[in-house]
Amino acid sequence: MLLIPCPWCGPRDEAEFHYGGQAHVAYPENPAALSDEEWARYLFFRDNPKGLFAERWSHTAGCRRWFNAVRDTATNEIHAVYRVGEPRPVSA
Amino acid sequence: MADSTAAERRSPAAAYAARFEAASAGGGLRLAEIPFLTRVNLRVDPKSPAAERIGTAIGVPLPVEPGTVAGGGGLEALWLGPDEWLLVGPDGAAPGLVARLTEAAGGEHVSVVDVSAQRTTLVVAGERARDVLAHGCALDLHPRVFGPGRCAQTMLARAGVVLVADEDGFRVLVRSSFAGYVAEWLLDASVEYVAG
Ligand SMILES: [Zn+2]
Repeated sequence: MLLIPCPWCGPRDEAEFHYGGQAHVAYPENPAALSDEEWARYLFFRDNPKGLFAERWSHTAGCRRWFNAVRDTATNEIHAVYRVGEPRPVSA
Repeated sequence: MADSTAAERRSPAAAYAARFEAASAGGGLRLAEIPFLTRVNLRVDPKSPAAERIGTAIGVPLPVEPGTVAGGGGLEALWLGPDEWLLVGPDGAAPGLVARLTEAAGGEHVSVVDVSAQRTTLVVAGERARDVLAHGCALDLHPRVFGPGRCAQTMLARAGVVLVADEDGFRVLVRSSFAGYVAEWLLDASVEYVAG
């Protein structure tokens, strides 16, 4: 069981959270101007690194807020959590 | 005439009163339901003038530290999220409370919803209360971490609950449709702490 530190509530069981995929995927500025391939890349294509990955989590059973976490996909170690709107910490 | 046909209201855990009482007879544990409390969900930007006006209007400043409770006795404000609180008061207080909140909100972006019927309150108190809850709750409930004045939305036996710490134990705010399940679970988890 992972212990995930919610930036609001502190460390909680993984079972209280939902995963939201890669963080910082910006909505296209002008979606209508995209080709089908560009739109599909925005919708479906995500990084899949072995190592540090910034991703979104929602504390659904607690404060119900979305936040970001930098997790090592190889070790499951969480290096940083930060609130929506805050930049990814430089060290993580 | 309307009164004679009105259905008698029944709290979600009313059927467990006798079994709660029996489980409480030993003295080390007290299980009970507090039915029909008023609960109003409030969402407002804590930095807005409306939040300050609301705090003044209800006589309880909205707590901004995560997982804390302000007020007490007549009216409590439970922190549910950075812009969300659950206001808990006595039975029948909802209409007046909603009116006061709505007036204090003015024209600002505020949500006030009477959710009294959404949950009921189960009391798990006594020296064994922490042991019972530990069977199905991953939070550290030791008083140095989770003492009086603290609350948490979390899971108890996989059911979503709001836990509130009191001097002599805990209140478990559970959704009405989960009340029977959590009551059964509490009674089962209590077996080893109940005399006889
Ligand atoms: Zn949280």
